[in-house]
Amino acid sequence: MTAPQESSAAGAAALTIAASVRSGERSALEVVKEHLEVIGQRETEVHAFNLVTTEHALAAATAVDQLVAQGEDPGPLAGVPVAIKDNLCTRGVATTCSSKILEGWVPPYDATVVTRLAAAGAIMVGKTNMDEFAMGSSTENSAFGPTRNPHDLGRVPGGSSGGSAAAVAAGFAPISLGSDTGGSIRQPAALCGVVGVKPTYGTVSRLGLVAFGSSLDQVGPFANSVAEAALVCEVIGGHDPADSTSIPQAFPAVSEHLSDGVAGMRIGLITEMMGEGIAPDVALRIRAAAEALAAAGAEVEEVSVPAVTYGLSAYYLVAPAEASSNLSRYDGVRYGLRVDAPTTGEMMELTRTAGFGDEVKRRIMLGTYALSAGYYDAFYGTALKVRTLIRRDFDQAYERFDALLSPTSPTTAFAFGDKTADPMSMYLNDVCTIATNLAGHPAMSVPYGLGDDGMPVGAQVLAPALGEVAMFRVAAVLEGSLA
Amino acid sequence: MTELTSPDRTDGARITTEEVAKVAKLARLRLTEEELTRFTSQLADVLEHAADLDLLDLEGVEPMARPIPLANVFREDIPGPILNRDEVLAVAPAAEDGFFRVPPVLGESE
Amino acid sequence: MSIDLDVWEIVIGLEVHTELATRTKLFCAAPNEFGGEPNTNIDPLTLGLPGSLPVLNEQAVELAIRVGLALNCTIDRSVFSRKNYFYPDQPTNYQISQFDLPINGEGWLELPSGKVIGIERAHLEEDTGKSTHVGGGGRIHDATYSLVDYNRAGVPLLEIVGRPDLRSGDEARAYVSELRAILVAVGASDGKMEEGSLRVDCNVSVRRHGDAELGTRCEIKNINSLRSLGRAVDYEAERQIDMILAGERIEQQTRHWNEDEGRTLKLRSKEQADDYRYFPEPDLVDLSPSQEWIDRVRADLPILPAARRHRLCEQSGAEIAQAALIVERGLDDLCLAALSFGADPSRTITHAEHNLSDPKAVELDPEMFAKLTNMDAQGTLSSTQTKTVLAELVQLGGDPAAIADTHGFKAMDSGELDAVVDQLIAENPEQWQRFCEGDPKISGFFVGKVMKATQGQADGKVVTGLLTERIPTTAKE
Ligand SMILES: [Mg+2]
Ligand SMILES: [Zn+2]
Repeated sequence: MTAPQESSAAGAAALTIAASVRSGERSALEVVKEHLEVIGQRETEVHAFNLVTTEHALAAATAVDQLVAQGEDPGPLAGVPVAIKDNLCTRGVATTCSSKILEGWVPPYDATVVTRLAAAGAIMVGKTNMDEFAMGSSTENSAFGPTRNPHDLGRVPGGSSGGSAAAVAAGFAPISLGSDTGGSIRQPAALCGVVGVKPTYGTVSRLGLVAFGSSLDQVGPFANSVAEAALVCEVIGGHDPADSTSIPQAFPAVSEHLSDGVAGMRIGLITEMMGEGIAPDVALRIRAAAEALAAAGAEVEEVSVPAVTYGLSAYYLVAPAEASSNLSRYDGVRYGLRVDAPTTGEMMELTRTAGFGDEVKRRIMLGTYALSAGYYDAFYGTALKVRTLIRRDFDQAYERFDALLSPTSPTTAFAFGDKTADPMSMYLNDVCTIATNLAGHPAMSVPYGLGDDGMPVGAQVLAPALGEVAMFRVAAVLEGSLA
Repeated sequence: MTELTSPDRTDGARITTEEVAKVAKLARLRLTEEELTRFTSQLADVLEHAADLDLLDLEGVEPMARPIPLANVFREDIPGPILNRDEVLAVAPAAEDGFFRVPPVLGESE
Repeated sequence: MSIDLDVWEIVIGLEVHTELATRTKLFCAAPNEFGGEPNTNIDPLTLGLPGSLPVLNEQAVELAIRVGLALNCTIDRSVFSRKNYFYPDQPTNYQISQFDLPINGEGWLELPSGKVIGIERAHLEEDTGKSTHVGGGGRIHDATYSLVDYNRAGVPLLEIVGRPDLRSGDEARAYVSELRAILVAVGASDGKMEEGSLRVDCNVSVRRHGDAELGTRCEIKNINSLRSLGRAVDYEAERQIDMILAGERIEQQTRHWNEDEGRTLKLRSKEQADDYRYFPEPDLVDLSPSQEWIDRVRADLPILPAARRHRLCEQSGAEIAQAALIVERGLDDLCLAALSFGADPSRTITHAEHNLSDPKAVELDPEMFAKLTNMDAQGTLSSTQTKTVLAELVQLGGDPAAIADTHGFKAMDSGELDAVVDQLIAENPEQWQRFCEGDPKISGFFVGKVMKATQGQADGKVVTGLLTERIPTTAKE
């Protein structure tokens, strides 16, 4: 096992970097160069990135330093290196979704979250590896090879935002962005021992996020601390008129409540996520987390949220259905890969056959089936009703509790190849995270010690829609209880 | 109660190779014989797992297609920036005279 | 063969797609403009670029509501859905449309004949791009390759689905022409069929009178003018009747109207249903126009063609067909204004119907037009002179009396005209004989001669009257 790299700036928190760059104590260029150096040392073995954007980073850092020199404030994330998941559009920088089908495509625009990070002074150092089109839980489905867990190179970093989690865990950047459709931020955060947040659906713009399951997708941060994650949420979140599903209000003011504690809060430990299918060492850590919250003055009780057990089934109908439609645009006509053929129909078929990996094909077919004539009601229609049940059960729980607690992942990081032969076993890895996406609620993963194998365990804190303040308060107490 | 087994089936199988072949065609994917067999069994596994939904009483439950109940989100009818055609076509798989070029199209548009 | 309409009933239902006259597209800020260089009205959403998202154009919704109200539809809570199918014209390979919940529900439209045609729905959706098939003489099946232009992709469309209440090609044409008038009146569309602003898909079936069930229908696409619509319906009905008479079964098909060959050709069989895998568009939210909005749109609606026709008939005594033509030309306001200046109602309508096809006619000064109708009615001017003055009035304006003076027009006194008529009868005994024997064609001969002799100052009807008076009683028996 290799510990995350400790080095001068790379080990420092984003908040410290920003403060020192804003005050002129350190230059952004220096900070960026130090991080590029760390990347140079370990990227070959970790493979967190599809692309390291060295030139872009150096230019952006210089621009930040110029602002400081002119006496202007470059923003709350001044000079902070950030790694961007490769399904977020970056103007002039290739965006691949780790798929061959987007070969050669360079977005002519930035995702809103990318624009907002840059406006806050953050500096993109690279585009991170992921499961192709965010479909997977191990980053083994990347067309460009897997990312390795920085804590143990023989194990997966989780997925689909495995590159973004590994980048933070390896010290390549203090913060990164991922996307979470069924747990794709929280699960890799847990497996890599970092903080990962899936905000309330609609609080962070999806403009420029390459769609997987549009009614489930949400962008969120990875960081080494709850406070850094909170700040990034506030920077990237808030209303975006370019996303029709964006809630017209600012992101909840989480940073100012981080030290409020949990005294008097009611926190429920989800019964259905503590029993069968959850590794005993993981369950043990989560019970310890519950005890720590109780010790900090919260009322902690077990609570049953029965419908969450149906989350997996509903999710693997809803997400593929939306994906089958979202991914139909990759057809070789306008951009990306084309495999030539005598007719357009054949060209589209050969292009898609060559351009997509197996997991993407499986989900496209599953989703096409779930939506097709005669099966819609039985599959997709049923899944949408189950979604209502899940939300109803959560709502009932939130009448009694301010936040809920569970493991993020049923196990710690597993070895490469462990689950690739059997897609269903891989899907079962999402069992704790999926219901949140179906409900549109926020949830985050906070590192909570190590499993029997010495690998990180993540505690998942869940909250009702727009309940981010409560969620972050709980997360901050958990974080503090380990120190 | 909803029966998740495909409606016109009597043998209880949740998806057949014929259905997978049909779905692949609809989705513009070409499968080898090996893939057809493998994908059929993998998709059947997932649909088998989804059999737990059969047990739910969904009578009168409204479907939830979107998580946030927003309505009436509009844009003003004001022209905005457009893309530079030459830059777009320069990275297109094939272009000619300002158009995207594709092989002959068989069948017809909607 | 022609259709025996005593035996057969033709049942027609039309789906009309109209492009809404917005400045930008339905879900993005790229311009909504016809023509132009290919692929210039494009932005990330138009090209279906990864990460692009739709945001609904408020003006498109407003125009849809206008049309809905004008068609007496219910305005409902609606939801956008995706219709999935692969085609290079469609940048995302799905069309955002409205499926189970359209913005405009049940409504109706009244034809000039007074017949009411049901409207099933009128929903919002996006247009596709356009393909040009190169090589093989532009025919899709022989093309060597195709070129795609996305300028039209994403342009807002309103698809107006009519009930199968139409019974002839003429009625179908009347329906489209009425619908077009309404769309133009409410400012929803420029109504230009030749530019594709209005596109008609036509469902035709036939059955024997008295049959309760509808026959199997065929959908005809590519109808680009009102004339083709009538021809296509007639051709298709005849084709289906021929098949039935030959004992063949009608197959549900989509057919293509070939204007050059004047026939419909099979595009594809519809018997195996298309699988569009509709589902709610997750990138958009519900559309639920407030009552306040609907009321405001309703209050702003102009008076619609059917109401204008009725108003004109009531105030002028015009026949409904005359009123339809006058309203179509936009001359009803002129006529009504002229009537308010005391115009002769019957002459007003006659001139509007026959002598005011020039588009400039709408600018006529109603007071001067009124004055002219009275000079005409009172016989101050002959009808030929009236026409001359009216034409000048349309082109140059002015006072009709002054115009008549400059031309030296004055009505002939009847003594003068009697003399001319008598002289002509004397000079043309053979023709006079034929007139007396009742040959109708010969009356024109005399009228023409009189006109020539009087330099057009005589009134044709008066001349005919004078001639008839002179027929000997014996010849009349
Ligand atoms: Mg249609
Ligand atoms: Zn349509």
